[in-house]
Amino acid sequence: MQTLKIIRYAAWAMVAGLIFFTAAIVLGWWRVDGPGRVPTNGGIEIKGLPQIGGPFTLVNHHGKTVTDKDFLGKPMLVFFGFTYCPDVCPTTLFETTTRLQKIGAEARDLQVLFITADPDRDTPEQLALYLQSFDPRIVGLTGTQEQVDAAVLAYKAYAKKVPSEGGGYTVDHTASVFLMDRNGRFMGLIDYHEQEASALAKMRRLIAK
Amino acid sequence: MRISDQGCPMTRFLLSAPESCERSRKHFSISRGWIGRFAILFIFLTVALPHLAMAHDFTVGDIMIDHPWARATPTGAKVAGGYVTIENFGNKPDRLISATMEASKQVELHEMSLTDGVMRMRGLPTGILVPAGGRIEMKPGGFHIMFLDLQRQLRQGEKVAGTLIFERAGIVQIEFQVDAIGALGSASGGHQH
Repeated sequence: MQTLKIIRYAAWAMVAGLIFFTAAIVLGWWRVDGPGRVPTNGGIEIKGLPQIGGPFTLVNHHGKTVTDKDFLGKPMLVFFGFTYCPDVCPTTLFETTTRLQKIGAEARDLQVLFITADPDRDTPEQLALYLQSFDPRIVGLTGTQEQVDAAVLAYKAYAKKVPSEGGGYTVDHTASVFLMDRNGRFMGLIDYHEQEASALAKMRRLIAK
Repeated sequence: MRISDQGCPMTRFLLSAPESCERSRKHFSISRGWIGRFAILFIFLTVALPHLAMAHDFTVGDIMIDHPWARATPTGAKVAGGYVTIENFGNKPDRLISATMEASKQVELHEMSLTDGVMRMRGLPTGILVPAGGRIEMKPGGFHIMFLDLQRQLRQGEKVAGTLIFERAGIVQIEFQVDAIGALGSASGGHQH
């Protein structure tokens, strides 16, 4: 009698285990591959690089409204600055100009975007004037303060107006250059103090991709 | 002496030229003859002359201003950066409190910093302290003289007049040499001590 009871309990335990096991598999499939899966970032592939860059609407130095879509299909260098900047911004523009010359024909379709962090003073006309001193492939972008703020946010950059002693103001801003591939995906940064050879290698790699 | 035993190696000859090396010095100049003289002239022309031409310094009291320079500006730029090296040979600290430049209506002293990839620029309302016996080197990425409300473009190769005003040493008239837009200073020929 006693043995029969043990066998019955064991049988029920096995049934319970089987039900639990099946339920776990079904639930797992439901959550991972089935209809119940959690969408991952709106379906964007995750490739181990941070989500930097994105949509923007700005005005170029010819006064024409442009968006990020206009530059898709071209590898891009994107950086922030302003023309009332004596040090970092002319340096970056100057270095970019010489690097474009060094790379030569390969850099044909490389798109360089200089986004002002100071749209109040940097009108399209001011940008056009300023950029005459640099490579003609460099496009200056400005817009309303809101449009510029949105671009800064999309690139997870930093830009902040700071009053100066003489009653004017200066703008603290990210000094690195963002490398974006043909699909508008973030590929890396050129640091302000990047070694020349390394900066050139990064640009060549971006173009070759 | 060991040196004479070894027959005056060139390095020793150039550095110290002890008595015992007199003969070998004569021997050196005679054997090289005109070639040697031309070589010395050549070295002088290529190394020393451009050096003398580039080096421009200004002195007021115990303060020496070495190679003031400014960056050429892009078209339409309203600001420019100027850089000087200041040496204080006195035994009292001094302070650069202000500056002027012919093409600028407003001048401020600034310090730039780069932290976490963000460029920050700050005014220095109390000026820049030059300690007694000390040296302040302004260069891109650090201290600079900020020329605001620029009246015209600064072009590479020109010289622009200006002044520096010190708390103790007073006013010194200087000239800023205008270098390339992206010039970094150290590689631009300013003479080093």
